[in-house]
Amino acid sequence: MKTLVWVEHDGKTVKDATLSAVTAAGQIGEVHLLVAGHGVDAVAAEAAKIAGVGKVHVADDAAYDHALAENVAPLVVALMADHDAFVAPATTTAKNIAPRVAAMLDVMQISEILSVESADTFTRPIYAGNAIATVQSSDAKKVITVRGTAFAKAATEGGAGTIEAVASTGDAGLSTFAGAEIAKSERPELTSAKIIVSGGRALASSEQFHALIDPLADKLGAGVGASRAAVDAGYAPNDYQVGQTGKIVAPEVYVAVGISGAIQHLAGMKDSKVIVAINKDEDAPIFQVADIGLVGDLFKIVPELTSKL
Amino acid sequence: MKVLVPVKRVLDYNVKPRVKADGTGVDLANVKMSMNPFDEIAVEEAIRLKDRAGVTEIVVVSIGEQKSQETLRTALAMGADRAILVVSESKVEPLGVAKILAKIVEEEKPDLVILGKQAIDDDNNQTGQMLAGLLNWGQGTFASKVEIADGKAVVTREVDGGSETESLTLPAIITTDLRLNEPRYASLPNIMKAKSKPMASKTPADFGVDVTPRLTTLKVVEPAKRTAGIKVADVDALVGKLKEMGVTK
Ligand SMILES: Cc1cc2nc3c(=O)[nH]c(=O)nc-3n(C[C@H](O)[C@H](O)[C@H](O)COP(=O)(O)OP(=O)(O)OC[C@H]3O[C@@H](n4cnc5c(N)ncnc54)[C@H](O)[C@@H]3O)c2cc1C
Ligand SMILES: Nc1ncnc2c1ncn2[C@@H]1O[C@H](COP(=O)(O)O)[C@@H](O)[C@H]1O
Repeated sequence: MKTLVWVEHDGKTVKDATLSAVTAAGQIGEVHLLVAGHGVDAVAAEAAKIAGVGKVHVADDAAYDHALAENVAPLVVALMADHDAFVAPATTTAKNIAPRVAAMLDVMQISEILSVESADTFTRPIYAGNAIATVQSSDAKKVITVRGTAFAKAATEGGAGTIEAVASTGDAGLSTFAGAEIAKSERPELTSAKIIVSGGRALASSEQFHALIDPLADKLGAGVGASRAAVDAGYAPNDYQVGQTGKIVAPEVYVAVGISGAIQHLAGMKDSKVIVAINKDEDAPIFQVADIGLVGDLFKIVPELTSKL
Repeated sequence: MKVLVPVKRVLDYNVKPRVKADGTGVDLANVKMSMNPFDEIAVEEAIRLKDRAGVTEIVVVSIGEQKSQETLRTALAMGADRAILVVSESKVEPLGVAKILAKIVEEEKPDLVILGKQAIDDDNNQTGQMLAGLLNWGQGTFASKVEIADGKAVVTREVDGGSETESLTLPAIITTDLRLNEPRYASLPNIMKAKSKPMASKTPADFGVDVTPRLTTLKVVEPAKRTAGIKVADVDALVGKLKEMGVTK
């Protein structure tokens, strides 16, 4: 089996999500990579050093600059002529591209796998992680996305991949990139943070969210997350959302502040190693999954906690 | 301008899913079923485009068991004009759904297909992208804002690091994210009116689509359960615990 792994990058460096996908692909077969982008020599060089990789296919063309699915999918389909599985991290970029590839190859994608049982059998979460299905694919070629929290990260050093340029499939002429608003933050990225502090609806305003959650996160060197209710109310930006339809995280420590623990929120964080919950309602469902709970008013508790750490 | 909106009947999002004891799946007997929440958002967006972008007809489609007609009636009561039910008592995977939708698109020739980004039962997040691939159309997935003008759809998309905007040539595919809009409730008079709106009934065979599943579910189990831990009395005790765990010095 030869796999082709989608390298997630920002034009400069390889993103961590790639490394879990490489580990998953290594359990399926030989690992080859695809770096698609514009001016991505540095990314390709970095990718070639990832432990265990063989060929690194590099498609360098302006058409791939923003990873538009309409342009990238035909490239992947062309490369799949010599590969048996397309393996991509479950990032928003790859989730946009992979099903388009699957349809063009006439195969059914296996989304967000949690484990590789054999070359054709995988486990994956359904119903917001309230059930885990074991599924076997009868398709000759596989298209798979990988849940990052379920696989260890491959080492970023020690590999000796060979870089090979591949021909561009060009611009499909269906879409154009018109801009992005990417949040800049000094804090660790949510999906790779060791500690996360998340705030919920109880924070009651954007000002209070930042005045209470940010200093606590800074003390702990933590990333900041939020519930959907907090995001919807405008207390936190959308890329903070943790849950079934937001980010899936599994840090060493997850601190939930004023979050009730709806199943859609739990879906995104219940695999955290240690869960700490602060909530004034002792019956809040979050306490059913929390390792350490503190019942009380967050407006008193959080400042005190921040000052005592 | 015509819009096609595929809607799926799923376990209501407020119901806690229970895995069947025999490991064959999630128990759907006698539980509340509703329209997939993302699809409500898709229907709502289509209705708003009637005012905003001169949409003249909204056709809703559902592929699934006979009871999916209830879901279609809900969409009609919200404001869709016409429904197509494609009856299949066995489960149709996203690839099969996308193939059926591609055939319906050939017949109906919509300018826009708006789907949910993900059905909350199987959490696949595939169908819209697959349909776009089959039709070779542009795709604006995970949309939080949609503007239609001059034969283009300008779509703001929610991505991992923030948001991104793409311009797509019509016809195109859009999939909805949660913040695109807040769906309306159907009013009683509209629920009554929806009863007389047209609903066609078809089968996958009518479209010549083979919907044999490609994935076989070998078993379904409950995830490892977390057990509730301890409650601490105050902040000092919490700090003590965090220190014990090495989280802080
Ligand atoms: C299709 C769909 C997808 C969804 N996806 C997600 C998702 O990805 N992520 C997500 O988070 N949600 C998601 N949701 C929403 C989810 O169902 C809940 O509505 C949401 O998680 C609730 O957020 P919350 O816990 O902040 O708010 P609430 O449920 O309102 O909880 C607030 C909590 O704060 C506590 N509190 C109030 N005041 C104080 C105080 N002074 N001190 C201490 N505690 C206090 C209350 O006791 C309560 O427990 C989704 C919903 C749907 C329908
Ligand atoms: N059986 C179905 N009938 C109608 N629409 C569907 C069906 N399955 C999926 N869809 C549409 O595709 C979207 C994404 O579903 P999925 O790819 O299964 O996560 C849903 O939000 C619906 O808009």
